[in-house]
Amino acid sequence: MVDADLERLARRGRYLVMKTVHDSGAGHIGGPLSAMDMLISLYFRVLRVRPEQPDWPGRDRFVLSKGHSAVALYTVLALRGYLPVEELATFDKGDSRLQGHPDMTRLPGVEASTGSLGQGLSFGMGVALAARRLGQPFHTFVMLGDGEIQEGMVWEAAHAARRHGLGNLTAILDYNGLQQYGWPAADGDGAKGNRRDPWHGFDPAAMFSAFGWNPVEVDGHDPRAFIAACEDARGEGAGALPTAIIAHTRKGHGLSFTEGDFSWHARVPDDDELERARVELGIDGSGVPR
Amino acid sequence: MKAMRVVWAETLIELAAEDERLVVLDGDLANSTMASMVDAACPDRFVELGIAEQNLVGAAAGMAHTGFVPWVSSFAVFLTHRAADPLRMLVAQTRANVKIAGAYSGMLTGVTGKSHQDVQDLAIVRAMPEMTVLAPADEHECRAMMRWSMGYDGPVYLRLARDPSPAVFDETYRFAPGAPRVLRSGRDVALVATGVQTPRTLAAAELLADEGIDAAVIHVGCVKPLDEGLLVNTLAGFDTVVTTEEHSVIGGLGGLVAEVLSARAPARVVRIGVQDEFGESAPNEFLLDRYGLSPARVAAQVREVAR
Repeated sequence: MVDADLERLARRGRYLVMKTVHDSGAGHIGGPLSAMDMLISLYFRVLRVRPEQPDWPGRDRFVLSKGHSAVALYTVLALRGYLPVEELATFDKGDSRLQGHPDMTRLPGVEASTGSLGQGLSFGMGVALAARRLGQPFHTFVMLGDGEIQEGMVWEAAHAARRHGLGNLTAILDYNGLQQYGWPAADGDGAKGNRRDPWHGFDPAAMFSAFGWNPVEVDGHDPRAFIAACEDARGEGAGALPTAIIAHTRKGHGLSFTEGDFSWHARVPDDDELERARVELGIDGSGVPR
Repeated sequence: MKAMRVVWAETLIELAAEDERLVVLDGDLANSTMASMVDAACPDRFVELGIAEQNLVGAAAGMAHTGFVPWVSSFAVFLTHRAADPLRMLVAQTRANVKIAGAYSGMLTGVTGKSHQDVQDLAIVRAMPEMTVLAPADEHECRAMMRWSMGYDGPVYLRLARDPSPAVFDETYRFAPGAPRVLRSGRDVALVATGVQTPRTLAAAELLADEGIDAAVIHVGCVKPLDEGLLVNTLAGFDTVVTTEEHSVIGGLGGLVAEVLSARAPARVVRIGVQDEFGESAPNEFLLDRYGLSPARVAAQVREVAR
């Protein structure tokens, strides 16, 4: 069963995120957990990549523009075979390939250095522009955070990508409804979780649509729907509209105590919380999902 | 005497014919930077990205990491100030093979005023690891630096001037990174200059010679990397070293020379350039005089310290 495989991988990925941040004493939780289902789907079903040859020129490109979710990317790259799972223990430890934010000069498989928000879509549109000029059929996917798209540079890239008709470019918005600190919630105003939805009163799909993109709204925790949206986007091809997949997710998804709580944006789980995560995720004592 | 921006565009057209990786990315200033000449000569190598310099620089990094050599066309001030962050994270930190062509650098920006003048660009890009920083003195050096840059795999900032300035070199000029060049020998004082301030400094040395002050002139076209040992040797024996640049006295050539000498061969370093202030709209001659950059003003300032 395809979905069962992905579900198990995502549970293992979530546990590895919790354990890695717990062990290193630093990192982010909320964003990695909201993005995990999509990252698993991308790397195990959507992206045409060769983990044994990370620089294969024909590979699809994935840019994690919300670079603070690095630990989720490293986890999925490890599960996919780009690096040993044991290497996750080096995260943030010095002399590591696993920097706090992704560094393409250190870890093969990381397509862009990110961390300062709002820049990944520009990098990705440059890649897509290059692909078209080279006649390369690969597709470029860029994952953005919902807080991140408050950065104006995102909309510079959105405008230019449409101008150049980059149908070989897809933005994936991890619309998890919370940012690091965010905007205060008020009763009855559409609050999502304990802070206000970053785009309360706005419509991100309409925003991308206004910039000439093809917006598609999906449940980011539904692999079947997400994979279908990605494949549809790929089918658009060069010359068509770029696609924006507005993926509705929940920050910290997968654990009862992290979901919808902005304080888990960047918080280190203690021993008890890690154990609780292990139990909730159905992980056995050796780190393997049941 | 050709405008550097015209030489820049002519050289791009030559290089485009020689190397299929070259593309020019413009931020809606092609008819100022003269990238429009590339658009006219080889439109398939020209990409318009509109008035959005952060995206311009970010897209250049993406193209560079997919096999192209993008030359980015905009004004220096927008590239080094507005796009400083993508320049830092996406270009410098990834050693992207991007050539940043900062047109209209310095004070002489065509009567635009302080919004468009850039006298901090050298300080900003020099502080970024991995960046190569070049400030050609004239059209010949500009051409040679561009040819070298095309063959170099890494980020380069090229500081370009808007208006024509007198030639310092000729067609035989060959660029070598790192090396300061002695353009005039002298015994009394050493004048160190960069970019198009170098021809003005040579003219200042002539004025000083008329008064019996024998000034050496050293050109630092390659601001980074710099062969520090060679600079120290070149300046050995001078009690007073005067730097002169169409740039702030903070963090540019003056800062560089002071850093090197203070650590390796302490000497008195006097920095001529734009003081800690912004500029204004005015004709070139007015600006050069007001901000102490004209040959006469440089000579006057050197006279004060050389005796």
